[in-house]
Amino acid sequence: MIDLVNLFIKAVFVENLALTFFLGMCTFLAVSKKISTALGLGIAVVVVQSLTIPINNLIYQFLIKDGALAWAGLPEMSLDFLGLITYISVIAAVVQVLEMFLDRYVPSLYNSLGIFLPLITVNCAILGGCLFMVERDYNFSESVTYGVGSGAGWALAIVAMAGVREKLKYSDIPAGLQGLGVAFITAGLMALGFMAFSGIQL
Amino acid sequence: MSYQHKKIILDPIIDNNPVILQVLGICSALAVTSKLSTTITMCIALTVVTAFSNAAISLVRNHTPSSIRIIVQMTIISSLVIVTDQFIKAYAFTISKDLSVFVGLIITNCIVMGRAEAYAMKHPPLPSFLDGLGNGLGYSALLMVIGTIRELLGSGSLFGYPILPLDRDGGWYVPNGLLLLPPSAFFLIGMIIWVVRSWKPAQVEQPEYRIYHAPRPEVAS
Repeated sequence: MIDLVNLFIKAVFVENLALTFFLGMCTFLAVSKKISTALGLGIAVVVVQSLTIPINNLIYQFLIKDGALAWAGLPEMSLDFLGLITYISVIAAVVQVLEMFLDRYVPSLYNSLGIFLPLITVNCAILGGCLFMVERDYNFSESVTYGVGSGAGWALAIVAMAGVREKLKYSDIPAGLQGLGVAFITAGLMALGFMAFSGIQL
Repeated sequence: MSYQHKKIILDPIIDNNPVILQVLGICSALAVTSKLSTTITMCIALTVVTAFSNAAISLVRNHTPSSIRIIVQMTIISSLVIVTDQFIKAYAFTISKDLSVFVGLIITNCIVMGRAEAYAMKHPPLPSFLDGLGNGLGYSALLMVIGTIRELLGSGSLFGYPILPLDRDGGWYVPNGLLLLPPSAFFLIGMIIWVVRSWKPAQVEQPEYRIYHAPRPEVAS
């Protein structure tokens, strides 16, 4: 149990997907102008991340991993070259199903998340999380923890960034740096701040 | 090659650069640029994938219903990425270890998806191919600049060959460790944006709020 708690804290802070691995940066910079939209996107990422990583983990453990087809009488076979296409299809399918489910049962949430859900398919934080899960060979309970934790870490980062940018728009910035330029530099400073966590051993 | 085609290739390199103006493909720009050898592998991989996926998507554009177009694009792109990934693993294994998950992440690189959606769905295969090539080159140009600065100043070498003699080997150059850390790429891209926008003021964004200079009140003396 204590391992899982450590893994969760590590996924949120020490190995924050947005600010340590720089995944999902395009949406991170494009959708962080207002706190409310950033929060909506953050919640959507947490939900999708905590569904796709365990699902992909099951597929990886029982179908794709080297020697995983032993239960079907094919111990020699390895399908790991099909990994990428499988993970991305699972992500696209989960996003699509989630969109239809929310539309049918929770229309208020659907309306507030609406435009962000399709965007999430191409958010590299989701695919990156799946690939890290494969690279580190997590088991099922670890992958659930990692999914929730890494999603929460990404949400935390984008909400913090939106908070900074909401204040930043009132400041007097040189013309060439206006907008995107200063957003990059702010993100760099936040990433430096998050590097302080990298000394923590869990 | 006509003038039109040349323009499609050259336009994205500075005037409409995918990274600094269209805000696409930033994740990998930050993570792979600490060494030039990984940078150039990533650039070639991305340029090849973008060019061929644009051409392939453009070939099927008239047969794809719009409701499933995303998943069709994803399938084409991920097949190309799998080929590239296996190729790098076969011929440059150490570099493929250094790149870790980032070759796989070309699938979700927004440049590939963004160009497929914005250009290849509306244009015939040849211009689409050239547009993919141009955008790949624009991305590569920016990454090479960042990679050169980071490796030269961060570890005093280029492609692993020492250029500036290092302090610890009896030379004069004390390497700047910050440039090897990922956040430095943010600062470098920010600075490059500043330089490019000062050179081409048409790209400057308008501020949302301006400081209002109140008229000086008349002071009764």
